[in-house]
Amino acid sequence: MKSHYQLAIVGAGPAGMAAAAAAAECGATSVVFDEQPAPGGQIYRAVETPAAVDRAILGVDYWRGAELAKTLRDCGVDYVPGATVWQVSPTREIGVTVDGTAMLITADQVIVATGALERPFPVPGWTLPSVMTAGSAQVLLKSAALAADGAVFAGTGPLLYLVAWQYVQAGVAVKAVLDTTPISNYFRATRHLAGALRAPQYLMKGIRLLRGIKKAGVPLIRGVRDLRMRGDDAVSAVEYRRGHDWQRIEADQVFLHQGVVPNVNLSYSIGCRHTWNEAQLCWQATTDSWGESTVEGVAIAGDGAGINGALAAEYQGRIAALGALYRLGTIDADERARRAAPARAALAAERRIRPFLETLYRPPKYFRVPPDDQTVVCRCEEVDVAAIRKAVAVGCVGPNQLKSFSRCGMGPCQGRLCGLTVSELIADFTDLPVSEIGYYRLRPPIKPLLLAELAELQTPAASDR
Amino acid sequence: MLNCDAAVVGGGVVGAAIAYGLAELKLDTILIDEGDVAFRAARGNFGLVWVQSKGIGCPPYSSLTRRSADNWPRLAAQVKEVTGVDLAYGRQGGVHLCLGEQEFKERSALMKQLKAETEGHFQFEMLDHRTLSELLPGLGQDVVGGSYSSLDGHANPLFLLRGLHAGFRERAGRALINAPVHRIRPHGGVFDVEAGNETVRAQKLVLAAGLANAKLAPEVGLRVPVHPLRGQILVSEKVRSFLRIPTLHVRQTSEGSVLMGDSHEDVGFDDGTRPDIMVEIARRATRAFPFLRSARIVRAWGALRVMTPDGIPIYDQSASCPGAFCASAHSGITLAATHAFDFPRWIVAGELPPELGAFSARRFDVH
Amino acid sequence: MFTNIGIRDRDFVRVIFEDQEIMVPQGHTVAAVLLAEGIRSCRETPVSGAPRGPYCMMGICFECLVVIDGEPNQQACMRHVREGMSIERQHGVAQIGPDANAAQDPAE
Ligand SMILES: Cc1cc2nc3c(=O)[nH]c(=O)nc-3n(C[C@H](O)[C@H](O)[C@H](O)COP(=O)(O)OP(=O)(O)OC[C@H]3O[C@@H](n4cnc5c(N)ncnc54)[C@H](O)[C@@H]3O)c2cc1C
Ligand code: FES
Repeated sequence: MKSHYQLAIVGAGPAGMAAAAAAAECGATSVVFDEQPAPGGQIYRAVETPAAVDRAILGVDYWRGAELAKTLRDCGVDYVPGATVWQVSPTREIGVTVDGTAMLITADQVIVATGALERPFPVPGWTLPSVMTAGSAQVLLKSAALAADGAVFAGTGPLLYLVAWQYVQAGVAVKAVLDTTPISNYFRATRHLAGALRAPQYLMKGIRLLRGIKKAGVPLIRGVRDLRMRGDDAVSAVEYRRGHDWQRIEADQVFLHQGVVPNVNLSYSIGCRHTWNEAQLCWQATTDSWGESTVEGVAIAGDGAGINGALAAEYQGRIAALGALYRLGTIDADERARRAAPARAALAAERRIRPFLETLYRPPKYFRVPPDDQTVVCRCEEVDVAAIRKAVAVGCVGPNQLKSFSRCGMGPCQGRLCGLTVSELIADFTDLPVSEIGYYRLRPPIKPLLLAELAELQTPAASDR
Repeated sequence: MLNCDAAVVGGGVVGAAIAYGLAELKLDTILIDEGDVAFRAARGNFGLVWVQSKGIGCPPYSSLTRRSADNWPRLAAQVKEVTGVDLAYGRQGGVHLCLGEQEFKERSALMKQLKAETEGHFQFEMLDHRTLSELLPGLGQDVVGGSYSSLDGHANPLFLLRGLHAGFRERAGRALINAPVHRIRPHGGVFDVEAGNETVRAQKLVLAAGLANAKLAPEVGLRVPVHPLRGQILVSEKVRSFLRIPTLHVRQTSEGSVLMGDSHEDVGFDDGTRPDIMVEIARRATRAFPFLRSARIVRAWGALRVMTPDGIPIYDQSASCPGAFCASAHSGITLAATHAFDFPRWIVAGELPPELGAFSARRFDVH
Repeated sequence: MFTNIGIRDRDFVRVIFEDQEIMVPQGHTVAAVLLAEGIRSCRETPVSGAPRGPYCMMGICFECLVVIDGEPNQQACMRHVREGMSIERQHGVAQIGPDANAAQDPAE
């Protein structure tokens, strides 16, 4: 690892890996940091060393990642696994911890490719042990070949069905899939069917997943509009409602999911401008056609810049890298355009399905803005809806005041699990658009940092750069 | 047009305290504030109710501080009673830790000066490493000693802000939020304050808008030369309670988080959020309490302090527009009791008492 | 309850979970180990003492905090097992440094 790079990439998912490959082709000195011990990001997690014997369980799409990971290893960029980036300053000083040692390095260009995280799903009892996310079920499957027998999956979105399907492939019993997709979404989505039919592989895949789940005899309960988790020291049952009456399913493991949203903690802390994306119901960084954010020399690629899926992330990573290489002077405008052309075409094709998916799997308001006063919103500081309502009543008009008034968002997750809920809740209470409510003002370090590490930090001035 | 007895511009900890007090005196009060970004200085605060070293070279500041600190128990009790918000206030005394003999000597001289200037009203003790260790278990070897004053204390500044706002509303105060003041027109003894899309007509006006006071004050014939000074604070995850007595650089909250700051009252102000400053803070904190090396920082922030040229607050009433007051102070937590109990009375009386003369901005006039 | 669905050949390492020795596959995260052992709650919160277990498994929720080799507040889903590693549940806040409550004057 050097103390200065022309290009630093944060994240080794499809976006980061593709960006690194493009940079290597043009010969810029680059580094890729990722927290995980191996490349792949979320979708291709553990792709080099999958835990399960049976390759078919994860589906064909998964294996595309093996090629990307191999390129990353072979292309000559410095790839640093196990590296947590806790700060990027607007002048591109990067604070990173590797193996318990914190360092500060610099880069001329930065690409943030930190991906997505699962949207919060605040329902009563979601903090009980053994209530986890569908993504977490998949992580355990990919990296540890572990699956929970007799689990209930609840929510909406492709990842939910994918993981339930993967469970079925692995021969693991799924107790039920509680589908929270509002029936009205199906009608609304038909408007975007034409676009979706131009990317039929996605429609077919969705149909195949659902058919696979049903064929295995898993009860698929649609139109669920109320959910609560029950149990004392851990979850023991899920209760749900479609109409008037509550139904109960005994289960000692529940997986929740209602889509993924950009992981904006790093881009916010750098100071990039973000706007509210009403179609995707999330905050996303404002970027130009080369992925560059409003902070000079900082580009955002992949799901971190808006959810478009793994293939799109790859193309965006490539385009962002070419933009950075151009700004570095490594390539000229013609070469940039020429090299980006195939990726742009592929990206446009990938995006065609999005309006359909966004409409179909748009999580309903009653699962985003929890109606029950006792539902915990901030898991870290245990702040519930009632407390937020009270803070708003004494004049708190945004997430940052709410933080002061209630400690909401002050814990170690730095708002990752409550930020969206809080923006939408305050908007609801004050009758203002979410775009006017805003988000937490985040500052480095974006991940907990040991005081010893910070005290011994090597700053560039002190190092032998 | 909204009519009221008094309009307070600024909902930070200074404005909220004054508005709270005015409402208690039964003045029909409107508190005008910006949106979500307006609470910076009030939030970036360390939570010290600090007497030692305040007002060295300016005895009136020292006695004002002392008076506010002495009234803090009443403020905390009252806010709790009116709103149910517990300010986590305690007056366990406070310590300024000295790393190295040089710091210890300088500190000792300063404290003696303060004691002399206040005719002995200010009490302190210089404690050596051993005595201090009994008070502060886990103290590092690099701490040669420190100054202790039983007059110091601490509170949760966020809950203070919340409690003052809640109490203000509880007492029928009205708040106009998301309404940045863009113009103030004094005429015929009243003030028309244009805020957001509203106009507030007030008999009395209090400018407590932090840094914005510099811009607003001239509209009512006042001068408030304040400038921003950035300070950084690091916050750790919650750890077992180890520190009951606050120190100037390290304080543990009632929830267990440890706040670590750069010096923010009287030593070495800085103006950046650069990592080298975070490193400095971490070094100082881990030298003071070495076991903190294994604590994790979960948050950091930089806050803009409202600084006057000499660090002493500005309190004034306009000569050309009587009824218009200003309050600019960077120790808004310490001074909260005075802002809540004394300042409102002076406003109602229409006159600042003579002992407040030292705080007029006229002190900056070139003679 | 999580079960193994057929794991590839891996070496095993020995870890100590609260005085109990267990053999676990190399490459597992600590959180995976706990879940495989049927340990559903790994900590109690500092605020209310409520039990919590891993939630996201990708390092963002901080629900999986445990004590590893004596160090508190370690993210179990981000730490990988090592030979001889000691793992304990975390009860409330990080237990580091002196304890002001213990140091209290007994006469008080
Ligand atoms: C849990 C989960 C499971 C998913 N599974 C599927 C699936 O099976 N199929 C599918 O089509 N889509 C899936 N998705 C969506 C898919 O992950 C994305 O479309 C795709 O991965 C986006 O690629 P990316 O490169 O933008 O981000 P990612 O693949 O998420 O990569 C981001 C990388 O950045 C790293 N990182 C983040 N912050 C830091 C930091 N501060 N310091 C260092 N490193 C950091 C992360 O460790 C990660 O490796 C899943 C999403 C999630 C959240
Ligand atoms: S399970 Fe979420 S951080 Fe470990």
